[in-house]
Amino acid sequence: MKITIKYFGVIAEEAGKTEEVLELDSDDIDVEFLKDHCFSKYSLSDTKSIQVAVNQNMGASGPLQDGDEVAFLPPFSGG
Amino acid sequence: MPKKIFIQGAIPPEKISDSIAKHQSKTEIGGHSIFLGQIRADEVDGKAVTAIEYTAYEEMAEKEIDKIREEAFEKFDLTCAHIYHSLGKIQAGELCFFVFTSSAHRKAAREANQFLVDEIKERVPIFGKEIFEDETHQWKVNR
Repeated sequence: MKITIKYFGVIAEEAGKTEEVLELDSDDIDVEFLKDHCFSKYSLSDTKSIQVAVNQNMGASGPLQDGDEVAFLPPFSGG
Repeated sequence: MPKKIFIQGAIPPEKISDSIAKHQSKTEIGGHSIFLGQIRADEVDGKAVTAIEYTAYEEMAEKEIDKIREEAFEKFDLTCAHIYHSLGKIQAGELCFFVFTSSAHRKAAREANQFLVDEIKERVPIFGKEIFEDETHQWKVNR
């Protein structure tokens, strides 16, 4: 399945990119697996503070569907 | 369709006076409340912040602000509410956040304004990079 991943703020800086599309052989991928995969791939420093949004919904967990958009978000600092 | 929130670059002070002027035809309004966020030249380890560069998860941020706006209309007796936030590099002293609420009476305008500012800071995926005078940077954390 195909998953679009978006990176923001300090995470984008550490990953060296703001977006990528992952083609995965398995159809049995969940948010937790993807987190571990990306966090270790880019050796992200402060993984505890990272929040995940799936298709722009915060706090998502569990299995992912083909075509999902997953965003890794550092602490918000607008305003 | 969410309302347009983001402005590329600083919010010009003229935008505030234009917004006020546009409300003069709405004579049921008795009070406005305005919050303006300005870039502060914080000092960290002897270095001054000269600018903040803002990025956002724009589609999600616009939806979330729309949701917060709807919550404000449910909670408070508002006539209208307008919200603008900058993206890109904003210099110290320039405006980056503009929240404008209007109501028949002052209390609702004020309380709704505070609600919007606080909720947006907490719930909306906007990210600020503080840039120092020597070109180094750190990622801003809201307090």
